[in-house]
Amino acid sequence: MTAIRPGSQPPTAAPDRTWWLIIVGIITSSLLMLTQEPTWRAALPGGIAKFLTNPLVGSLLLTLFLSNLLFAFRWKAAAWAKALVFFGSLFIILPWAGRDNTAIFDLAIQIGIFAALALGLNIVVGLAGLLDLGYIAFFAVGAYTWGIFGSGQFAKILGYFADNGGPVGGGLRYLLGGLLLTILGAVVMSIISKVKGKWNTGQRWANFLAIMGLVAGIIMSLRGVLILMSPQAQSLMSGVNPNFFWLFLVLALFAAASVGVIIGLPVLKLKGDYLAIITLGLGEVIRVLANNLSTYSNGSQGITPIVSPTVPFMNAIAGALGFSPDQYNLFFLYFLVIAIIAVIILANVRLDRSRIGRAWVAIREDEVAAQAMGVPLMQTKLIAFATGASFAGIMGVIFAAKQTFISPESFILTQSTSILSMVVLGGLGSIPGVILGAAIVTILNISLLPSLGEATAALKLPQQINPAQLQRLVFGTILVMMMLFRPEGMLPSARQQRLMHEDDDPSDNETPQDSLKHSAVEPAAEVYSPGTASIKDDQRTGGAR
Amino acid sequence: MKRAKGNVGVRLIGVVAALLVGAAQAQTAQTTIKMASLSPLSGPQSDVGTQISNGARLAVNEYQGQFAKLGLNLSLQPYDDQADPTTGTAAARKIIADSSILALVGPLNSGVAIPVSVALAPSHVALVSPSATANVLTERGLKNTNRIVPRDDAQGPAGADFMLSKLKAKKVYMLNDKTAYGEGLAGEVEKALRAKGVQIVGSEGTEEKSNFGSIIQKISLSKPDVIYFGGVYSQVGVFAKQLREKGITIPLVGGDAYDSADLLSIAGAGANNIYFTTIVAPASEVPAAKPLAALYQKTFGKPIQGFGIFGYDAAKVVLQGMLDAARSGKASGQAPTRAQVENAIRRVRATGLMSGTVQFNSVGDRRAARMYIMKVNQGKVRLETTLDVKAPRP
Amino acid sequence: MDLSTLGPFLVGVITSGLVLGFVYAIIALGYTMVYGVLQLINFAHSEVFVTGAVVGFEIFRVLEPSPMNGYLKLLIALIAAMVASGMLNVIIERLAYRPLRNAPRLVPLITAIGVSLILQDVIRIIEGFQGRFDLTYKLPPAFNTNFCGADSSCEALGTALTKVGISLQIKEVIVVAVSLLSLALLNYLVNSTKLGRAIRAVAQDRVTAGLMGIDSNRIIALTFLIGGALGGISGVLFGMKFGTINAYSGFDPGIIAFTAAVLGGIGSIPGAVLGGLVLGVIQNLIGVTNVLGSILNIANLQAIDASYQRIGAFLVLVLILIFKPTGLLGRSNTEKV
Repeated sequence: MTAIRPGSQPPTAAPDRTWWLIIVGIITSSLLMLTQEPTWRAALPGGIAKFLTNPLVGSLLLTLFLSNLLFAFRWKAAAWAKALVFFGSLFIILPWAGRDNTAIFDLAIQIGIFAALALGLNIVVGLAGLLDLGYIAFFAVGAYTWGIFGSGQFAKILGYFADNGGPVGGGLRYLLGGLLLTILGAVVMSIISKVKGKWNTGQRWANFLAIMGLVAGIIMSLRGVLILMSPQAQSLMSGVNPNFFWLFLVLALFAAASVGVIIGLPVLKLKGDYLAIITLGLGEVIRVLANNLSTYSNGSQGITPIVSPTVPFMNAIAGALGFSPDQYNLFFLYFLVIAIIAVIILANVRLDRSRIGRAWVAIREDEVAAQAMGVPLMQTKLIAFATGASFAGIMGVIFAAKQTFISPESFILTQSTSILSMVVLGGLGSIPGVILGAAIVTILNISLLPSLGEATAALKLPQQINPAQLQRLVFGTILVMMMLFRPEGMLPSARQQRLMHEDDDPSDNETPQDSLKHSAVEPAAEVYSPGTASIKDDQRTGGAR
Repeated sequence: MKRAKGNVGVRLIGVVAALLVGAAQAQTAQTTIKMASLSPLSGPQSDVGTQISNGARLAVNEYQGQFAKLGLNLSLQPYDDQADPTTGTAAARKIIADSSILALVGPLNSGVAIPVSVALAPSHVALVSPSATANVLTERGLKNTNRIVPRDDAQGPAGADFMLSKLKAKKVYMLNDKTAYGEGLAGEVEKALRAKGVQIVGSEGTEEKSNFGSIIQKISLSKPDVIYFGGVYSQVGVFAKQLREKGITIPLVGGDAYDSADLLSIAGAGANNIYFTTIVAPASEVPAAKPLAALYQKTFGKPIQGFGIFGYDAAKVVLQGMLDAARSGKASGQAPTRAQVENAIRRVRATGLMSGTVQFNSVGDRRAARMYIMKVNQGKVRLETTLDVKAPRP
Repeated sequence: MDLSTLGPFLVGVITSGLVLGFVYAIIALGYTMVYGVLQLINFAHSEVFVTGAVVGFEIFRVLEPSPMNGYLKLLIALIAAMVASGMLNVIIERLAYRPLRNAPRLVPLITAIGVSLILQDVIRIIEGFQGRFDLTYKLPPAFNTNFCGADSSCEALGTALTKVGISLQIKEVIVVAVSLLSLALLNYLVNSTKLGRAIRAVAQDRVTAGLMGIDSNRIIALTFLIGGALGGISGVLFGMKFGTINAYSGFDPGIIAFTAAVLGGIGSIPGAVLGGLVLGVIQNLIGVTNVLGSILNIANLQAIDASYQRIGAFLVLVLILIFKPTGLLGRSNTEKV
């Protein structure tokens, strides 16, 4: 059990590292630029240049450089030095290196996307304690929201309805009928949700039918709108005006949040691992629907090309800085991702300290107690689900714009577990932690592990032990090792740390902590949730045999 | 298991030796140029992806001498896309950053090839996909994108023609694997069949890799006279085995992803009455096939299969293009630019391939290809007939 | 279509679903037993199951030329697979889960995912050294013949069965028989032995069980051994039924089997079996929904074909859990306050 110990003690009076920070910042930045900037590289002696351009060395230097951001955040140093290193790295060095090597931009954007996803999942799993294994579905919703409208796909859909939807006038009937059904469903649901305590069978049925009615109503009204719009098919052949992108960022937020609510409504009454497997299943449902409903999503063939907006002043800046026109898009997306991440972090911090944030934590710690204290369970959980989903929705739009192509194979189940591993690896409930977790996993998967294979390609290793083929093995080993040696995550939140070590306080429990930690019998802690409670025996979700 | 252990030991020694050799090789100074390969090297599709990079490696070994004469040191740089579009794009950006890479063989899947080609296009890194068949890949008209396999709307009608003329199909059951490849191909076949008035008694996709119980029940209920399954050999083999076990012996037809000896071993006794269309000529037609197979076996310790040959052919097309570009340059030891290579590949005329002569049209599809229709019967693959297909546009 | 074809058709669909369901059930037991004692979704169980399948493949391959009785080969394969998978599961528990007994529950979950990734590559590497990727079972020829087929002593029974729509191969009958036998054994073990009582006690309340003198670490290890052995059996059965496996093919059946365990009420042994059978049948029924739709002339049903098989299992799970939140046979328990 000693594995849990490291990191549990908060560092006492760390030395001031202002100059260290500056020095490390300068060294790692120069090393990165030496590997990327062609003119600098050319000035180096051949042997060193060869060493620096080795894919593995390059990738390690990039990782080292990115850890600057972490140092600037964590080390005790003067504020000016922190700001200098942090913003200097993010706004000057990284774009500069990205100009010479777009792989760095790609990696940074991908880290940003996954960091936002991890932050969203952190709200669901880390704060509210609801284990969601199908989180990638919301990302898919966002990606398809922009993918369909930002490409010729919407025109195809309208074309389909022009051919098969009947007369345009029928659309109005669909729309009105659909709206009526939606309102009816919503009213019935809101009435039922007022019922306190356990539902009887009749109420469950009524709730179920109301949800079905709501979904059917929404589908019907959408169909009505599509039929009404079908004559416009021709004018939308290359997608809507790219500047609608900004609107769709907001729309995707709402779309993903609504899907979160629709998925959440029937299943959030469930607990723990029941919720986990259902969310896993519903995540698959979204992917399979995207694969099967080819009228809307173009099925397995995917949607391409998806446009990005052009922002003239960003392009002008990029042009002035010597970026080539094909890099403008990445340049723009990079700063957009940074801006959105900043907003998401801000939202997270505010939520964490708000009334709703405390309600989430209360639910995570003890549902029954929270309910007794007047926290509306369903509503609070739904808000967590919807908030988490909305972050994924926004990032889905950016993903679609960056890739210019989306297909269901980008939204497979393993992506969900990979995001979950980012959250747990970084530290459940800790905002800097999950960002770090996202960065670590993304760098490993996209940069470090592949470069291991690339660097050894010239060595003609036997196929079976070629590192290029062992990505899962290496990633799995890292995952297991990190969990074994730092189960609370890389940067655990203060709250979480207290929680994990609440047994350390003898007044909390009558048994001294050491004998507890080393005995096979562990204390009956008072927490219940799949996210943070330790494995216990006395509280079960299902029957036991 | 003991033998396997011994192998590990021997191989580890090999690794150390290879490390030393690699370090020694790094010393020789010459202009280095590289061809990249991009295919899934890890994960569930790694088997097929590795065959492609292996095929490419053989082609590189073959061409190294010719490039050395021009003062160029050629090598292969394999990248892994894990069959994931995002990972593929990240790899594409790395390829752009390595200025010694002039062109690319791959990717395996259309879903990866589409975003990768977009990312590579501004840097003029040409790619030749050995296996991506989606129409839209070349339909977008990118200058850098080419492929050696006929696309869905060329390969599909060829399969449909064969089913009509040789198998006299009247009722066909269509299946696909719900991937861009299988569904795209089966969709084109179905379109062509419907145009000819053939009755389609069923058309569906399945992601199942082992349980085909309900599909087989439906097939025995609707009594088609031919089944078309757009999918990859590993899935189709299992399906064929279960189909034959239930006593259904009607012909099973598919595309070039059936081209693997593993189809026979997976289907076992079910490997009967299976037909597939492919561009790879059978060994009896091409004299060079036998030595290639022997070389592959010797180098990698595994028999060569369809995707290995696709990878080899695609790599040879790329290398021929690079060679043409290098020859047109003036000074010896001077590498051609990526744009030159891109143009040269589009104009290339590569001969002596396992799939005949490759010439590209204006969008990077083969102008003409001969499709071989192979028949699997009694544990043997035989040439049934040939069909010439043309690119849908000049 | 009339009833005389539809009846046998549906019977055939349901029978093949049941056979599939038995395989799911045995896999699901591995999940549910581990869940019972640790409340851990053992994501690595799918690879434990594949390990069993690979060991079974190797045994059948090595024994292929030997003139030994087919059933003896099967027995050897089953025992070898049980030992290998059981030991593997115990090792995983010892190295990856036991050090995390007191950690938050998500931590061992992530570890399990990591172990699963490691095992996938390890299995591929081991088989890759012999130039293999897809492993195809080489069964004794007798297993591939029809059950009570032509020229067998029970031909009359076979014809009668075929008439009602049941046509099984010997290997499918073996799958069912072995499943039933292992279920009976497990039932005896859990309900009528001292060890079983200890397992139930640990699953019920580890603290109290400890006070009663039960070494819970030992019992957990033994539970992993039993769960792994069941994984080994299911691996061999899966390989026999479907013929081909590779290092990555545990993922899909693993997910479905875990769904089955939850459907039946996670932690409940009869629940896992029921869940497996229900999912097996439902998956096959969803696969033929379009046929039923065309018979009943309902346009919307005709769009539901085999491509929905996978998610059908999940939708059924959602529906059942809405009405029975603890699964089919799960005991609901009131929370202590």
